[in-house]
Amino acid sequence: MTRWYRKERSTTGYKLASLRDAYRPQVESLPFFKIPSNRPRFSLTLSNVTVLSRMSFVALIWTALTMVPALAQTTSSSSPADLARGKKLFQGQCALCHGQTGEGARGPNLARPKLVHAADEAGVVRLLDNGIPGTEMSAFWQMTPNEKRQVAAYVISLGKTATETLPGDPERGRALYAAQGCANCHIAGGNGNAFGPELSDVGARRSAANLREHLTNPGKNPPDGFMMVQVTTRDGKKIAGIRKNEDTFTIQILDAGGHSYSFRKSALAEFKKLPNASPMPSFRSLSSAQLDDLVAYLAGMRGAQ
Amino acid sequence: MKPAKFLCVILAACASAQVPYQRIVKAASEPGAWLTYSGGYAGHRFSPLTQITPANVSGLHPKWVYQVKPAGTVETSPVVADGVMYVTEPPHNVTALDLRTGRPLWTYQRPVPPKLDTIGFGRVNRGVAVLDDMVYVGTLDAHLVALDARSGAVRWDVQVADYTLGHCITGAPLAINGKIITGISGGEAGIRGFLDAYDAKTGKRLWRFWTIPAPGEPGAETWQADAWKTGGAPTWLTGTYDPELNLIYWGTGNPGPDWNPDGRPGDNLYTCSVLALDADSGKLKWHFQFTPADDHDWDATEVPVLVDATVKGKPRKLLAMANRNAFYYLLDRVTGEFLLGVPYAKQTWASGLDGKGRPVRLPNVGPSEEGTLVWPSLQGATNWFSPSYDAGRQLFFAPVREMGAYYYKGEAEYKPGTFFAGGGERTLPADEVYGAVRALDVATGQRRWEFRLQSPTWAGLLSTAGGVVFGGSNEGNFFALDSLTGNPLWDFQTGGAIEGNPISFLIDGKQHVAIPAGHAIFVFGL
Repeated sequence: MTRWYRKERSTTGYKLASLRDAYRPQVESLPFFKIPSNRPRFSLTLSNVTVLSRMSFVALIWTALTMVPALAQTTSSSSPADLARGKKLFQGQCALCHGQTGEGARGPNLARPKLVHAADEAGVVRLLDNGIPGTEMSAFWQMTPNEKRQVAAYVISLGKTATETLPGDPERGRALYAAQGCANCHIAGGNGNAFGPELSDVGARRSAANLREHLTNPGKNPPDGFMMVQVTTRDGKKIAGIRKNEDTFTIQILDAGGHSYSFRKSALAEFKKLPNASPMPSFRSLSSAQLDDLVAYLAGMRGAQ
Repeated sequence: MKPAKFLCVILAACASAQVPYQRIVKAASEPGAWLTYSGGYAGHRFSPLTQITPANVSGLHPKWVYQVKPAGTVETSPVVADGVMYVTEPPHNVTALDLRTGRPLWTYQRPVPPKLDTIGFGRVNRGVAVLDDMVYVGTLDAHLVALDARSGAVRWDVQVADYTLGHCITGAPLAINGKIITGISGGEAGIRGFLDAYDAKTGKRLWRFWTIPAPGEPGAETWQADAWKTGGAPTWLTGTYDPELNLIYWGTGNPGPDWNPDGRPGDNLYTCSVLALDADSGKLKWHFQFTPADDHDWDATEVPVLVDATVKGKPRKLLAMANRNAFYYLLDRVTGEFLLGVPYAKQTWASGLDGKGRPVRLPNVGPSEEGTLVWPSLQGATNWFSPSYDAGRQLFFAPVREMGAYYYKGEAEYKPGTFFAGGGERTLPADEVYGAVRALDVATGQRRWEFRLQSPTWAGLLSTAGGVVFGGSNEGNFFALDSLTGNPLWDFQTGGAIEGNPISFLIDGKQHVAIPAGHAIFVFGL
């Protein structure tokens, strides 16, 4: 994930926007990809449909003719040099989230025949142009159209390699999910308690390897928005929980019991971030086969299809 | 009162509503107003008002809020004169507000051409200039427009440059004696930068200084082949002016393409520089280049603050700049002589500056295909938001971004009106970066205190004679610090990111402070 965020505020709320403010790119003032929230880039496409319906036949032909080269550019098969350059760009700018060869990490596995958000090279280019709203996938303003095309060609080529087959049994995984009490802290498909991240589409967002790592080592790279913090009040009370939000002067915390806290930092005796901690227990005591089952179940959670 | 006499009183009031040049020269003697982008020609963003103090600032509360209608961030720095606040709204509209209530008196609206693309920045505007009975605004479609101060009616409207090539205006113009000075944006579109002066009454262009010399002109030896034609050096933020020297000081931006310097070997004058231009002729008196051959996008467009202070035992007319490249500079503003340069934020790209102020660059700090980690990030150790200078306390207050980034080098092919940057960056994660307000000794650049912020800031600073520094945060906090210690005294959650500069003025004889936040302008008083 390259941490570029459009400057317009996230629809998921002020908290995310504020936490992400630090990432926002700014060359002049900052945000070239700042598209006012009421003018999404895709609106061009939508409005074109309306415009097209009113166009004269001649204009329609003209439009079609001018669009042909653009289509050719984004759908043509790419040369080995393009793929090599695309791979290099991918490793530099995409691999942090999607893995060195697209196997997935924080971000989903891209080495599969069918991608969730893009059907073809042109689709991948559109994702690079616009990002995916509400996710950590941001727009890649820093790539030229040609570079985006090369990255897209490489990403699509990954799907032509052998797909990952998961060894576990999702049904046994479902039983484990229930038996281990995962729903005490996670909502999936509308059921469960909200303390940890919602898992309804976790299989579409995370690779199997990443899910397995989280199950065995949950403190490593906790997801955005789930930083553990601990505060000590002036009267010696210690409170630990998830940081729901933070600014220069205040901190908001949700603890495992579902209690919300809000403090002025100046009123605290101590405030600590615990970047390598997670309230989630490690499941490394499960057998390897059980972990396979649980991962297979989680990998199948793909949200509303 | 008889009608005729009443009319005379009204007319007299109207006449006195004008803001002649001499009034701006003496802005410091009129602390109830805020007459230019930075408050006065010297760029101090300092209020001589003393009613708000460390002892009573905790009593500040909102007096009114003006919410803008268009989408987009409000980055305007308001101008206040004679009971009216002049603000800009995204994308480049102008509204006059009744200072007492925040009620709009008029709005100038201007459509954005459908094909306009802002390449390298948002659809923002940072403010107006006022002179006599006119209000001046630069527009995204690269026009300069003069409005009647009482009605918002257009007096004149001139094209500064062609927006289809990536030219835009986002900065506030600078109004001096009979002239309106405007810069231009487009450093990520391969423009050739310039600074223009227009006749304030007619809009006729009086001079243009090209910030990249053409072949044969001094400085052209720092370019090779045709690279100068797309070399950048935009002038997108408002500069300052010394009426006694009659010199305009204006910063320039990056060379193009930003992060792939392969096609532009050389120092690339006058990119990443400050220029001293004769206000009458537009001729270059001197220049100083902060970052030669820049490949990190460290624009030097930050406000050049004009300071009179003693350096190394000698009283000097100075120009102080906290530069995007993380060094704080002092130059002699008469001659351009380099006097001092020290880091004010983390930097990992230079071992220091030599005796002439030229950075001694470390090896392997340029952008690369795999990414090169360098501090500061391309947004710089600071950016367009204003610093503040308190002459009485001899303190320079810098809004700081402590953030490193992996710089990427990419392709760079010039196509008119498109992104011409050759790479970019990936910044470090949010919990590894922060912001700060830092007070520097103006004459040495040494840090006196720091107040840390949750994230790298986009908000400018205001200092006041009362001993309070005002600032803002991305998380919406508008706050006050003690000028001498940096201790936090008061804060208010505005509910929207603060990406603008505070100002101070009087309403009915009482000191107020204004700050843009989110999609609104807040005014606070005791």
